[in-house]
Amino acid sequence: MPLESENAALKKTSLNDLHRALGAKMVEFAGYDMPVQFPMGVLKEHLHTREKAGLFDVSHMGQAFLKTAEADLGDDGAHEKIAAAIEMLVPGEIQKLKKGGARYSVLLNEEGGILDDLMITRPIRDDKQGMLFLVVNASMKDQDFALIEEKLAGKATLERAEDRSLIALQGPAAAGVVAKLIPEAAEQKFMTMRPYEWQGAYLLVTRGGYTGEDGFEISVPNDKAELLAKTLLAHPQVESIGLGARDSLRLEAGLCLYGHDLTPEISPVEGNIAFAIGKRRREEGGFPGAVRIQKELAEGPTSLRIGIRPEGRAPAREGAEIQTTDGKSIGKVTSGGFGPSVGGPVAMGYVDAAYAETGTPLQLIVRGKPLSAVVADMPFAPHRYFRG
Amino acid sequence: MSVRYSKDHEWAKADGDAYVIGISAHAAEQLGDVVFVELPEAGKTYSKGDEMAVVESVKAASDVYAPISGEIVAVNTAIVDEPAKVNEDPQGAAWFVKIKASNPAELDEMMDEAAYKEFAENA
Repeated sequence: MPLESENAALKKTSLNDLHRALGAKMVEFAGYDMPVQFPMGVLKEHLHTREKAGLFDVSHMGQAFLKTAEADLGDDGAHEKIAAAIEMLVPGEIQKLKKGGARYSVLLNEEGGILDDLMITRPIRDDKQGMLFLVVNASMKDQDFALIEEKLAGKATLERAEDRSLIALQGPAAAGVVAKLIPEAAEQKFMTMRPYEWQGAYLLVTRGGYTGEDGFEISVPNDKAELLAKTLLAHPQVESIGLGARDSLRLEAGLCLYGHDLTPEISPVEGNIAFAIGKRRREEGGFPGAVRIQKELAEGPTSLRIGIRPEGRAPAREGAEIQTTDGKSIGKVTSGGFGPSVGGPVAMGYVDAAYAETGTPLQLIVRGKPLSAVVADMPFAPHRYFRG
Repeated sequence: MSVRYSKDHEWAKADGDAYVIGISAHAAEQLGDVVFVELPEAGKTYSKGDEMAVVESVKAASDVYAPISGEIVAVNTAIVDEPAKVNEDPQGAAWFVKIKASNPAELDEMMDEAAYKEFAENA
């Protein structure tokens, strides 16, 4: 097990010095020097987030503002234009997204496969209509933004928000802590975004996250990111959390990791995220790969993402073969590990749709040996979002 | 004889006519919180360097290799029931197996405490 050393070629977030000062173990992730764990360790960081609140640096993710090419920002017509543009690339209902509403969606290729998953948010301010705030995965951001610029040329312009960091505060204590800085933010409902001024900085605060817990993702100018992180960390209930626990938290919450659980071959129907396809859009189509996706919606997909609970304590990890109890190969595990809050192994993967029903017995091939498992409902740890 | 270490971070220590085997404190720290341990069955024989056991943290699975050749004469099921013991006392109560060495000269190829400390620091 090699020790990590500093690599000058890696990009750094605005919180890099703070991570190191807090004793983080740093690793390369998507070209960034990121904390995989802090001295507390992955297990305790995970449990701390579910019990109190965890602070995550997710500044490596791609933030951007998409604007109508016309300079007619500021009315509902402008929103219609920008929504119509992005709807050429995603299957979500963006036209009818409320002011200040955030939506989980996917960028699709012509075959209906998922190029990335992302958050699309409509600003609440009247003078910002005609603009959308996008947050995409770190590993995909260059590709995503190039695709959006190419496909929407003449219809919209993309401004990458390289000057902004992204800090997530997750867990049952998050709302109380955020309220000390911004009382109104604690009133926000799940999947809404509001702008605030804090210490002279313009913040965009979204209620939600990637852990299944109540929480916030705060877009903050780079020059105020460390101050914001330190202010939040000064609260005794808040601890810094690394990418290790971020992964076990999202796995227990049944949330997908792009590049593993979702890929360019997998459609949103197969990925079991068909909720991201708007009702109107199911009928109208008009997004890449609509023919395949509409067919899968009508007839059912051939394979489906499922939750898996292995029996016993042995975790089944990504790549493990999934078999029927009589040894027929029916799929593969795409994410798996030990769920600290569940207290046992959890996994997700793809199987032939005939075997996707909850309770179906399976076996997983781990180190050459069959391990008994069962198809299980997700999330493995209940979501605790704040819906007001 | 004092404790000896392999380059794969296992330790071995004489115990009667067998050797107790475990993973080093350095390895346990690097692994992080151990959540699963799989041990071999008593009676099995291994050659030096064979995959003998598995230890998994929240992050990843790691193989544990037989640091010496021989027969497994005892296994510590306490760490299977309570994997966290591996982090608490890796070079004591959380031993993995006892091996009856078929070639005790292999012990001489392993590092002593001082050599291992230097090896681990520079790994």
